[in-house]
Amino acid sequence: MATVVRKSFEEQLQELQDDLLRMGRFVEGAVAKAMRALVNQDVNLANEVIQEDDIADDLDVEIFTKAMKLLALQQPMARDLRIIGTALKIVTDLERIGDHAVDIAKLARILSKHKFFKPLVDIPRLADMALSMVHNSIQAYINRDIELAIQVCREDDKVDDLYESLFDELVGYMERDPSLVEQATYLLFVAYFLERVADHATNMAEFVFFAETGRLEQLARSHRSRPEPTP
Amino acid sequence: MSELMVKPTIEREKGRAILGEAGTVKIRVVDLDLYYGNFHALKNINLDIYANRITAVIGPSGCGKSTFLRCLNRMNDLIDGVRVEGQVLLDGVNIYDSSVDVVTLRRRVGMVFQKPNPFPKSIFDNVAYGPRIHGIKDRRRLQEIVERALKDASLWDEVKDRLYRSALELSGGQQQRLCIARVLAVEPEVILLDEPASALDPTATLRLEDLLYELKSRYTIVIVTHNMQQAARISDFTAFFLNGELIEFGPTDKIFTRPDDPRTEAYITGRFG
Repeated sequence: MATVVRKSFEEQLQELQDDLLRMGRFVEGAVAKAMRALVNQDVNLANEVIQEDDIADDLDVEIFTKAMKLLALQQPMARDLRIIGTALKIVTDLERIGDHAVDIAKLARILSKHKFFKPLVDIPRLADMALSMVHNSIQAYINRDIELAIQVCREDDKVDDLYESLFDELVGYMERDPSLVEQATYLLFVAYFLERVADHATNMAEFVFFAETGRLEQLARSHRSRPEPTP
Repeated sequence: MSELMVKPTIEREKGRAILGEAGTVKIRVVDLDLYYGNFHALKNINLDIYANRITAVIGPSGCGKSTFLRCLNRMNDLIDGVRVEGQVLLDGVNIYDSSVDVVTLRRRVGMVFQKPNPFPKSIFDNVAYGPRIHGIKDRRRLQEIVERALKDASLWDEVKDRLYRSALELSGGQQQRLCIARVLAVEPEVILLDEPASALDPTATLRLEDLLYELKSRYTIVIVTHNMQQAARISDFTAFFLNGELIEFGPTDKIFTRPDDPRTEAYITGRFG
């Protein structure tokens, strides 16, 4: 049997993956920018993140439309089908990550009004971890890298641990000094959004694993009961 | 021969469904080889065909899928120089056993071909042909059989007013449903279809698929098709053949979403053909 390359299909599939990569880089950048706005108390930068959210929303619609078109017109099977199904899942996670960048930017605006009661150390560390997970899950999708996808899921456990210790620490500050309650609560929200970003990265990694193996598995430690504020 | 006497080997396991709820095995193919003279056309095929399920056989041209289908009611016996080894157990009885009556076998295991092939006779006579061969002479009884077969084949409403007109006046899709009615008239247990929709337009194809879906509650259906979307749409199980070998067999949703064998993957994703 001769090998046939479905040129047009391959190109469209590649285009879909390029778009996802583009959207991945964009929301990763948005979260990083929102964090810079927070740490540097930079209102202008925070506003920029909020205004640019339309870009992520447009990419979301564009990728969804392309994926639907591929399903309808090319009737993909097997791995091709899983790749496109995964794109449909990933695009939603990316869109949510973009929303969380906006959430953090809005908090950065509020938190820019007063000096921080202590230097921010663990929250930027949490952000770095979450951002590296987002980066790696997209990388795993593009490079079909199962090992990297599994590594992302393992990282989520560390993020959860750090989030929990941050929670305890911030609550401790509030208990000791009620004048800190407002700022500490906002910081807690930032930590919560970063933890959510990491969860979305984990979802994406689990779907990368599915795209490559056909198996849908909960690769991260199952959700434990933990204090979760609701904004 | 008892099914228990069939020793499973790894090669044999390939063609058995993994699912416990797959149901009753209607046809069990064991170590089947077929030669056209020196050409080894089917190589050690082991496969279970489940009762009241649609099994699709897919694969590129020349992979042996039609040859395999014809083994299931000994249609290959009609071809010179064919040698068949191994067993095809229909309800546990080897159809290649010398005691098996081939006419009875072909009544129990009916066949529909790629091109609709109605006889140049009336619609009625086409459907009544089989029952007459099997000795039914009574006019009224024949009328009942013809009506029921045409109804079951979803053709009755279109032809009830012209039963005595030539079958050749029917459209391609109607002719193919007539051929199915002709098979149904002799009350088969298994229906084999060899690319039955390849000469039909998309609407007639979907009608035929609907009909097969209706029929599977009463019959065991095996369909050879070049159309992978068709296999995906209508079948419960799919067997992929390549170069005379059964490469993979399993529930259709698994074959089309996560096949185990890279050759199956390459074929169903259209990367070779």
